Amino acid sequence: MEFLQLIIGGLANGCIYGLVALGFVMIYKASEGVNFAQGDMMMLGAFVALGIGNTDQMGLPFGIAVILAMAIMFAVGWGVERVVVRQIFGQPQFALVILTIAMGFVFRFVAGSIWGYTPLVLETPFAGQNFRGGGLVVGLADLVTIGVTLALTLALWAFFAFTKIGLAAQAASQNQMAAYIVGVPVMRINSLIWGLSGAVATVAGVLYATKGAIDPNIGLLGIKAFAAAVIGGMGSLPGALLGGLIIGVIEPVAGRYAPGELAKMSPYIIMLVVLVLRPGGLFSQIQMKKV
Amino acid sequence: MRYVFKTTYDRDIDLHQHGWSRAKVAVLAGLMIVLPFLVGEYYLAEATNTLIWALAGMGLMIAVGHTGQVSLGHAAFLAIGAYANSALMNVGVPFLISFPLAGLITGLFGAVIAIPAVRMSGIYLAIATLAVFVIVEEMVILLEPITGGVGGIMAPSIQFFGISFDRYGALENFYWLCLAIVILVTWGYANLMRSPTGRSFLAVRDSEVSARALGINVTRTKSLAFGLSTGVTGLAGALMGHYIGFYNYELFSIFISINLLLVVTIGGLGFIQGAFLGAILITAVPQVIAILRDGLNANFGINLGSIPGLDTMIFAAILILFIIFEPAGLYGRWLKIRTWFDIFPLARRDMFRRQKSYLKTERMK
Amino acid sequence: MSLLEVNDLAVHFGGVKAVDGMSFSVEPGEVFAIIGPNGAGKSTIFNLISRIYEPTRGTIRFDGKDLTAQKSHDIARLGIARTFQNIELFDHSTVLANLLMGQHTHRSTNFVQDILFLGKVRRAEREHRHRVEEVIEFLELEAYRNKMIAGLPYGVRKVVEIGRALALGPKLILLDEPASGLSVEETQDVAFWIEDMRRDMGLTVLMVEHDMSLVNQVSDRVLAVANGRPLAMGTPQEVQADPHVQAAYLGTPEEDAA
Repeated sequence: MEFLQLIIGGLANGCIYGLVALGFVMIYKASEGVNFAQGDMMMLGAFVALGIGNTDQMGLPFGIAVILAMAIMFAVGWGVERVVVRQIFGQPQFALVILTIAMGFVFRFVAGSIWGYTPLVLETPFAGQNFRGGGLVVGLADLVTIGVTLALTLALWAFFAFTKIGLAAQAASQNQMAAYIVGVPVMRINSLIWGLSGAVATVAGVLYATKGAIDPNIGLLGIKAFAAAVIGGMGSLPGALLGGLIIGVIEPVAGRYAPGELAKMSPYIIMLVVLVLRPGGLFSQIQMKKV
Repeated sequence: MRYVFKTTYDRDIDLHQHGWSRAKVAVLAGLMIVLPFLVGEYYLAEATNTLIWALAGMGLMIAVGHTGQVSLGHAAFLAIGAYANSALMNVGVPFLISFPLAGLITGLFGAVIAIPAVRMSGIYLAIATLAVFVIVEEMVILLEPITGGVGGIMAPSIQFFGISFDRYGALENFYWLCLAIVILVTWGYANLMRSPTGRSFLAVRDSEVSARALGINVTRTKSLAFGLSTGVTGLAGALMGHYIGFYNYELFSIFISINLLLVVTIGGLGFIQGAFLGAILITAVPQVIAILRDGLNANFGINLGSIPGLDTMIFAAILILFIIFEPAGLYGRWLKIRTWFDIFPLARRDMFRRQKSYLKTERMK
Repeated sequence: MSLLEVNDLAVHFGGVKAVDGMSFSVEPGEVFAIIGPNGAGKSTIFNLISRIYEPTRGTIRFDGKDLTAQKSHDIARLGIARTFQNIELFDHSTVLANLLMGQHTHRSTNFVQDILFLGKVRRAEREHRHRVEEVIEFLELEAYRNKMIAGLPYGVRKVVEIGRALALGPKLILLDEPASGLSVEETQDVAFWIEDMRRDMGLTVLMVEHDMSLVNQVSDRVLAVANGRPLAMGTPQEVQADPHVQAAYLGTPEEDAA
């Protein structure tokens, strides 16, 4: 029973890792860049929702707060691409890595300046509501997390697999030049994807906030989400979710049966093992370069 | 404009192409040697700190700047160097042995890690090094008998040939020790880059396919480069441990890794000089901020001290501006200025314009 | 004995048979050209010889050794150098450094000696430089010696890549479309150099080329391939007269056979 309880909690956590990982993967799929600020975008999204929704702040209803926060973070993501990321177009991937790490610091500073560094709690309708049965306690927040994550993954997968824009984004990542020549608006698609990943990060942030207090440093969770994305294979949306779930479940289980430090290491050990055995991740997309 | 007449191949093989450049380096080294007589205790300690950062920066530069292997986890190797050196000294090994041994241990650790990691390219390697960082951090806490766990460890006072090199007791001596180590490593690094080994690093960085076709064992080369990189970083870590005196795992946080990346990127990727310029910047900026903060507070009553995280924010802003406007870094900018003067008045506006290219996918490697 | 013997070579990528049942042999001192339409598998043959691809079946023997048992970085040491269809130079180094990198198989020092820059390293460096200067003189690259690759025109880069392959001091040189993108004059230079490589340096040349005037001018034998399979082999004239080749590659006789 206790084991099952661990698993359920782990799955809900894993969904949040998975959602942040989805943000990485989307941007990677579209531009082969990696956004190291994704975790911080999640943090900022959660704070924006808090700023709009909490009664001591703007006090709008929860649903509206979330939707507004998603819209604002869409604009932030879109703006970051337009104003900053586009400037380094054509530079090696490494430049984007450093740039986004620096962006993460900026986001953290912004959130810290507005909302301070003491942990705050986001008011949600699901707080404290639990289902009991058969010795298990399942929080409503956990169920909502799992449900929303599944729906969002499915929707994003369909977006990339079936819509014209999604397919164009994938084409752009394979070969931007060729995509540009056949009429794909490469730049505009990149902006759109960055915006979308901002919105997805907000959802992850809000779900994270349903389970506890938030402060500007929760963005460091992004590193764990990274491990999730790598385990799944950077280019695969279902892979990202799976990677997130694996990490989410392993952590509490390892924490239960091994020293705490080992539990903290476990996601990264799994990631290294996957990288060594299957360098492209579980859903590999690496191919040979043609010479 | 200067013309260098080359009469033997040695002119190209030598570290300096003309006497003027050799003289400049000699003057700079001389200045550094007499520095303890010129500045006070506080600034000498800062200079020592800068030297240690330059050493760590050179370590990372070998990997990132000269072999194209991005590492987000170099703080882990600083930690390994520091703990190895302190732990060895605590069991009675003299500094002259423990110090190189610390570098060797870190280098071997790095090279072994690199063997699976070099199969990964670009982004995957960056993430793998990040994972190694987290694992090392937790291992440091776990290995309490060696590392002192959360409580921390003491870096014993350095003493050999009957002379004390204690960081607090004899700061001048500690400074000279760091300077000597930095000069030696810089000389070795410069030698490396003018020899076949250094060329094989550059080859691997620019095109793995053709490096292989020329007979370069890419895996071995990358592993060697990563091992040398982590080894030098380990040496810097050992000195950093002595500089701080008493430390625990928190000294080597992820932010140190990122500051190191800042050193090499802002300094100028692919230039040894860049590591020094970057180190100067990263140690000087907090000083400048502190001076500005005091000045603003005293003269205008603006209290910037109440804004936490301002330092990091300013670093981040500098980094963003450099990546966008001068990806070649400080040293790259200096080269452009020097060229502009060399060929004055013939420089054209677009002479240094970067060529923008559409992304070539790295998925096809 | 032939220098290079390819026997029943095949490589399949998924269901695509990029090369299938390929057999030919190259004699020492010969200029051997492979021609064929785009996608016929010409470059794939090169990539199989340099061990970038793993063959599905078949053997490649060079100088009596089985290449399929070698690692890709061991191929150069056996005496095979190559160029690439889309120029793979080290863009952020000078021409001189690129050529010196071609000397890698001749290095005699290890990294510790390199770091200390012992006298031995300096002597070895002088020798490397001497050999590279011979290549620079041969290809008339003197003016570009200290120029960065990234700023050089396409034609020069193409020559530098040939130079880097020559710096290796190989027995066999693989040229992947040496004339593509070059002007008529530059192509003529390439033709002379290929003839000199054979005559003065005693090299064997295996090349993939589309420019039939170059092929006709320098090659002893020509192999025509299509769809990954050999079509015809012989002198340039024989191959061009072959009805299969005309149908598959040069078009039907009514069309202008360029």
